[in-house]
Amino acid sequence: MSNEIAILGAGMHPWGKWGHNFVQYGVAAAREALKDAGVPWQDVKFVSGGATVRCGYPGYVAGATFAQALGWQGAEVNTSYAACASGSQALAAARNKILAGECDVALVVGADTTPKGFLAPAGGYRPEDPDWVRFYLGITNPTYFALYARRRMDVYGDTLEDFAAVKVKNSLIGSKNPRARYRKCFTADDVAASAMVADPLRLMDICATSDGGAALIVSSVDYAKKIGKGDAPRVAAISTTTPTFASSVVEMPDIATDSAAAAGIDEHAFRSTLPLKAYEEAGIGPEDVSLAEVYDLSTALELDWIEDLRLAPRGEAAALLRAGDTALGGKIPVNVSGGLACFGEAVPAQALAQVCELTWQLRGQAGDRQVKDAKVGITANQGLFGHGSSVIIKK
Amino acid sequence: MSEKPRNAAIEGWHTMEEKPHLIGSQCKACGTYFFPKQSEYCRNPACDSTDFNEVELSRTGHVWSYTNACYKPPAPFVAADPFEPYAIAAVQLEKEQMTVLGQVVEGTTVADLKVGMPMELVLEQLHETDDDVKVTWKWQPLAL
Repeated sequence: MSNEIAILGAGMHPWGKWGHNFVQYGVAAAREALKDAGVPWQDVKFVSGGATVRCGYPGYVAGATFAQALGWQGAEVNTSYAACASGSQALAAARNKILAGECDVALVVGADTTPKGFLAPAGGYRPEDPDWVRFYLGITNPTYFALYARRRMDVYGDTLEDFAAVKVKNSLIGSKNPRARYRKCFTADDVAASAMVADPLRLMDICATSDGGAALIVSSVDYAKKIGKGDAPRVAAISTTTPTFASSVVEMPDIATDSAAAAGIDEHAFRSTLPLKAYEEAGIGPEDVSLAEVYDLSTALELDWIEDLRLAPRGEAAALLRAGDTALGGKIPVNVSGGLACFGEAVPAQALAQVCELTWQLRGQAGDRQVKDAKVGITANQGLFGHGSSVIIKK
Repeated sequence: MSEKPRNAAIEGWHTMEEKPHLIGSQCKACGTYFFPKQSEYCRNPACDSTDFNEVELSRTGHVWSYTNACYKPPAPFVAADPFEPYAIAAVQLEKEQMTVLGQVVEGTTVADLKVGMPMELVLEQLHETDDDVKVTWKWQPLAL
């Protein structure tokens, strides 16, 4: 296929709350990816960075910041900001550059240093800012995750035990991932004993924010063949589509959905439209997927994503979970990295970390976490303001 | 009950009578509703209108989902001391075909709520300042 690129290298700085400058994480991840690819830094002609908005100007121009840190060598740079999908958008920029024939090899990298606690909006009286409005009215990030979780309970019959089982599953597999921040195996009792944050979600149902860095070395298929890596995993599709009016689900930071009252307007759920372009572009269907890395900002959200990716009919993800089908060894393992439950979210690195995991899985290098005979992997994530992505990697 | 005057926490977003309405807008060309009020450009992709009527939205609807806040949110939220948890509901308005978030009135907890339950809009205190009581819209189970 002409629109495929090869993944030659993957690298990550372990997730944690290290408190170092984000550039340090990005450089460590980039160097590991370069080494993994066997590509000299000087051969990289495009550096595509995921921006962080929490680390000052160097974060806004992350592509250049990482290029300078690794040593200026004349490569062109790009910085993408797309909230939680920043990494995927940076990857898409690299793919475009490669497919346009403007470069053979690109580095895609994202890293973040996160502050402690809530991210509060700027002060004053600012009713024109939806983020200010919702915090003023007492609506936080967990509010949205909890609304989705509660709806699953009332509409599909999901239970608190189901949500806890997602955490137990992810912590068990994540305990085997040396790059994960949380490596303790939690039990359902541990989840039940943690504090209620936003009913029905407890502290252990909700992901933390972390420091971390992830990087990929990607190239044209011709270049991969030239250096003897013709069998490297391929990026088969990248979807970064925006929502379609009218939204049917109230999304952070909004106080209301769109209205679908106008003639000819239907409701659309953004999360479920995201993977459509990815499947179409890759020319494969959900039945071909070996494993998925999805954005489990909450335990319940993992179940939503399974249905959004068409890996289970709507309302039936919990049944899949209960049967053990989303665990390692099951029909469709989900979040064998340990997911956000074990990593915590490092925004500009997270979408790339998902692709790193799929890369190792498709190469058969995932050790104790290895999904047998993994051939196709899909990622999914969603961020603020209509950003989201779904990436398909195949052998 | 405080003797202080009652003022809207966010001005112009709802009427102040006993049975209040949210104040939104409606596109004169395609009929799409907006809340918060939109008066500059229509966001329906099939419409390029810039003309809007200010409208009062339906004050009753059905619960799409609900939750609560067990921990004090960060500023600009102004918390009572000690902090009192409150419930939150997302309520679907039938005519407008949209869902609006809001706190649920004091005394109603998640145990009292269910997806599909009818709700109505009321005004209740959000917080108090030195000069006045700031009120906002909240959802309340509709007495049948």
